[in-house]
Amino acid sequence: MTLLETRGLARHFGGLEAVKSVDFDLPEGEHRALIGPNGAGKTTFVEMICGRIAPSAGRVFLDGADITALPAHRRIRRGIAYTFQITSVFAQLPVRENVALAARRRLKGQALEAAVQAALRQVGLAGTGDELAGTLSHGHQRLLEIAMGLVQRPRLLILDEPTQGLSDGEIDHFKRLVRGLKGEITILLIEHNMNVVMELAERVTVLESGAILAEGTPDQIHRNPAVQAAYLGTG
Amino acid sequence: MSKTARILALHGGLLAVLLALQFVLPAYHHGNLARIMVLAAYAIGYNILFGYTGLLSLGHALFFAAGMYGMALMIRLFGAAPAPALLTGVVAGALVSAALALLALRTTGVAFMIVTLMFAQAGYLTVLYFADFTRGDEGFVIKAADRVLWGIDLGDPANRYFAAWALFSICLGFCLWLVRAPFGKTLVAIRENEDRVRMLGYDTYLHKWAAMVVSGTISAAAGAVYGLLFGYAGASFAAVEYSILPLLWVLLGGAGTVSGPFIGTLLMFYLIDIASGLTEAYMLIAGLALVGLTLFAPQGLGGELRRRLWKWLP
Repeated sequence: MTLLETRGLARHFGGLEAVKSVDFDLPEGEHRALIGPNGAGKTTFVEMICGRIAPSAGRVFLDGADITALPAHRRIRRGIAYTFQITSVFAQLPVRENVALAARRRLKGQALEAAVQAALRQVGLAGTGDELAGTLSHGHQRLLEIAMGLVQRPRLLILDEPTQGLSDGEIDHFKRLVRGLKGEITILLIEHNMNVVMELAERVTVLESGAILAEGTPDQIHRNPAVQAAYLGTG
Repeated sequence: MSKTARILALHGGLLAVLLALQFVLPAYHHGNLARIMVLAAYAIGYNILFGYTGLLSLGHALFFAAGMYGMALMIRLFGAAPAPALLTGVVAGALVSAALALLALRTTGVAFMIVTLMFAQAGYLTVLYFADFTRGDEGFVIKAADRVLWGIDLGDPANRYFAAWALFSICLGFCLWLVRAPFGKTLVAIRENEDRVRMLGYDTYLHKWAAMVVSGTISAAAGAVYGLLFGYAGASFAAVEYSILPLLWVLLGGAGTVSGPFIGTLLMFYLIDIASGLTEAYMLIAGLALVGLTLFAPQGLGGELRRRLWKWLP
């Protein structure tokens, strides 16, 4: 069953066509990577999906329902969680409160406390709950972003470059974490680290100059000459 | 002691001290403190929007005056009793803030400051324009006979002090509860990073609107009680000065702290009181105090207390 669908989704910034009429389907439960060179329109594309920016044309469907007209917060309530590309935690608030804010829409009291602890443990931040989020290392703030996404129990989790700035050890931990979510959450992963993409994604969509260049399994994408050309510039 | 017990002990202690002071203070300071407590309630209302939600309004005099005139005109024009008059003042403040919030929250930052300032000026001019009812600049006195609430003469200093204390206690307790409740925590998060809060699925516009209504309603309650306790309603309370004052009180006492508005109101009141005894340029001294504050304690006195001593201070 298709969880997320876009039809003719496009966005111009003045004369620049950042995203050109993209048709995209993401089946429920799949872990999909979205890759492409810098400026390919990946972030613009997912920001239109979660409602941070309005499309110039086209429609977005979640679970068959047209959500194009919904404001961002109502899309989030329908089960989309989005982790920011540029770390955007509440720096002046404790780590625990950061996660609690994400969970408080659906939980309260003991259940809230338990869910917060569980999410922090899940990403490997147990024991940091009382620290101010701004005092965490960059890598740990990335993990906190992921905890804030997971604790919402989303149906679709959009991770925008989650491993950027993580150490090798933290990346290994992240990979284990995402594998553990197989079958639970549908994931759309924007990622530059090909190693991570090849290991985690079941399918890969390649975006180039705002349009889908190729789609397939990691192996197919790896061997695709057009993709190689786009990345290496030898076409 | 647990965090909650400490918080309750501190704020309960403050209220107990204020209640006890009524029996020991000399008449002059007794009267001052009653006034300060009502104004501190106004500052608490202002702080909910400015300190906790991060929205800097320059138009709160509109809400203070809506409460004051809502109350006073009911008595002057319709001969109402104090209780329904007070209620009218509070409701007037709630309605005015609900309407203004709808318009002003379409803007942010500097534009929000200007829009709130302009609407408050329009309110001030309205008071002057309808001088037949409001007596404009001159204002009007609420007669002693009209200030007897449930048999209690609010003109009597002891009763007045107790009424001011009651209002202040309610506002302080409410603010304490609010900022520890999920709604208050969401407001703080909006202050820190509104975009992120929206992307966690919260309707931030609705939260800001509600914060402005709560803030405006508390400000109106303070305005209504002030007019009733001190027996006067005048256009100066709707003027821009009364929009700036709560900002100064809150900055001095500590924006985003529950007890800060009281600390700031108390200090600023006495600073101006003492300075005006020394020189006519007393606002210069108040200005210097604020410059010193920005240099040495930018988070206000309550904020410094929280940073240096009591991390748990709400």
